[in-house]
Amino acid sequence: MLTKRSKQVGAHLLAIIACLFTVIPVYLIVINSFKSKTDASSMSAALPTVWHWDNFATVITAGDLPQGFVNSLFYAVSSTLLGTLFAAMAAFVLSRNKTRFNRFLYFFIILGIALPTNYFTLTKVMQITDLINTKIGMTFLYAAGQIPFGVFLIYGFLDTIPRELDEAAIIDGCGPFQLFFQVILPLMMPVLVTEGVLAFLGAWNNFIMPLYFLNTTANWPMTLSVYNFFGQYEQNWNLVSADVLMTILPVIVVYLAAQRYILSGMTAGAIKG
Amino acid sequence: MKPRTNYPFYFTLGALVLYLVFMIIPGLAGIAYSFTNWSPYTTKVNFIGLENFITVFSANENYLLYIRHTFIFTIVTIVLKTVLGLALALLLTEGVKHLAYLYRVLIYLPVVLPMLAIALIFRSILDPASGFLNTALRALGLGILAQKWLVDPRIALYSVIGVDSWAGVGYIMVILIAGIQSIPREYLEAAEVDGAGFWAKLIWVTLPMMMPAIIIVTVLNLLYALKVFDVVYALTNGGPGYATDVIYTAIFEAFSQGLWGLGTAFSSLLFVFMGVVGYFVIRLMDRGRTRD
Repeated sequence: MLTKRSKQVGAHLLAIIACLFTVIPVYLIVINSFKSKTDASSMSAALPTVWHWDNFATVITAGDLPQGFVNSLFYAVSSTLLGTLFAAMAAFVLSRNKTRFNRFLYFFIILGIALPTNYFTLTKVMQITDLINTKIGMTFLYAAGQIPFGVFLIYGFLDTIPRELDEAAIIDGCGPFQLFFQVILPLMMPVLVTEGVLAFLGAWNNFIMPLYFLNTTANWPMTLSVYNFFGQYEQNWNLVSADVLMTILPVIVVYLAAQRYILSGMTAGAIKG
Repeated sequence: MKPRTNYPFYFTLGALVLYLVFMIIPGLAGIAYSFTNWSPYTTKVNFIGLENFITVFSANENYLLYIRHTFIFTIVTIVLKTVLGLALALLLTEGVKHLAYLYRVLIYLPVVLPMLAIALIFRSILDPASGFLNTALRALGLGILAQKWLVDPRIALYSVIGVDSWAGVGYIMVILIAGIQSIPREYLEAAEVDGAGFWAKLIWVTLPMMMPAIIIVTVLNLLYALKVFDVVYALTNGGPGYATDVIYTAIFEAFSQGLWGLGTAFSSLLFVFMGVVGYFVIRLMDRGRTRD
C-alpha cells in the first residue's frame, strides 16, 4: 500500500513540475505587467513592490490596443463563420453522396492540410482581386485556410448522423437547403463548435498573413500590433508584458471556456484508430 | 429517390472556390513563375529557365543551409515532442489517479497562445545576463548550465527548438492520451498477469498498440515544422548571422528584397515536396478512418 501511495505522490510531483514549466512563462508576463520599468527589466518572478495598474492604460493608448482588438475580433469571427459554414456544406454533400468524383474532391480538398502557402503568387491573386490590404481580404484568406482541416473534421463526424433522418426529411418534402439547415446542421453542433473554436484561435493567433498582406496599421490585428509595440518599447518589459497580456487574455478566456471542445476535437480529428 | 438532387454539387462551391483561389491557384502559378526573374519592381517578367533552382542549390548561397536548419528543426522537434508528449501522456493516464484533467488543461495552455507572444516572452526568459532561465539555473547552483541561449550561434537553433517544443508538446500529449485510452484494458491486464512490469508493458503492449497515434503525431509535427516561421522570426529573425534561418524566414527575406522569382522557386520546391508527402498522409488518415 505504502509503495502505491508513494508512487502516486511521485506521479503528482512530476505532473506539477510539468505544469509549472508551462505556466511559469505566463505567470512572468502577468506579474511583470504590473511592475515599474526598473523592476521589470530582469523579468523576475518576484511580486511587484508597487502595483502599476497604469501600465495597462499606457499600453492601451500607446499600443493602439482597442483598434487591434476590434480588428482581431472581426477577422476571427467573420472567417470562422464563413469558413465553418462552407466547410460544413461541402463536407455534408461529399460525405452523403460518395460518388467517385466526390471522393476525389474530398481528397483533393484535404490535401490542403499539407500544402504550404506561396506568398508571392498569393500576393498577385490578392492584387488582382483587389483584396490586398483590406479587411475583407483577410477574412477570405483565413476562411480559405480553414477549409481543408474543417472539411476533414466535419466529414468524419457526419458518418455518425444516421441517413434515415435525411430520408425522413426528404419524404416530408424538405429541399436541400431545408434538409441541411434545419435537420442536419443542428445535429452537427458538437463538431461545429470544435471546428469553430479551433478556427477562431487560429485566426486570432495568426501573424504571418497580416505580416505579408497588411501595410495599413489601421487594419492590423493584435499579433502584429504587439510585435510592432515590442520593436518600439523593447527596453520597457513592464509595458511589453502588459501588451502581451492584453493580447493573450482573450485567447485564454476562450480556451478556458471551451477547453472541453478543444481537447476532444483534437483527438476526434486526428485519430480514430 | 434521386440522391443527387438532395445533395447538390453547388453546396461544395463555397469551400471549393476559396480553396482554389487562395491555395491551389497560387501554388500552381508559383511553379510557372519559378522559371522567371519576376520582381515587384519591374513589369517585365522574363523566362530564365532553371536559373532560380540553380541558385537555390548553389554552394555559394545559403539556401542549402536554410534547408538543413529546417530539417534539423523538423527532426529534433519530432523526437522531442513525441518522447516528452508520450511521457506526459503516460503520466496522466497510468500515473496520476486524480486531477489528471486539470493537469492536461494546464499543460495544453501554451498550444492555444499566439506563437508570437510566446516568442516575445522567451526573448526575455532566455536573456543571457538577466533572463529568468539563467537566473533560475544559477540560483539552483547549476550556473554551469547557463548559456547564451539565443546569442551563441552554436546553440541558438536548439534554443528555438526548445521554445517550439515547449509550446507544442501539449498538443502531442493530448493526441497520445487518446491513443492510450483506445487500448483495450484486457491487453494490459493480461500482460500484468503474465508478470510484465512497466517497461515490458510499454514496449510490448502500449507502444505497438499506439502506432496509429504515433504516426499521426509524427505527421502533424512534420507538416508544422517544415513550414515553421513565427517562432523563428520573433525569437531570432534568423540570427545570429544565419544560424537559425529556416526555409520560411528565407522566403520572407526574398519577399522583402523583391527577389520574387527566386522566392517563388524556393516556395514551389516545398509545395511539390509537401504535395507528395500530403498524398501519403491522406492515404494514411483515410485508412485510420475507414478501419472503424
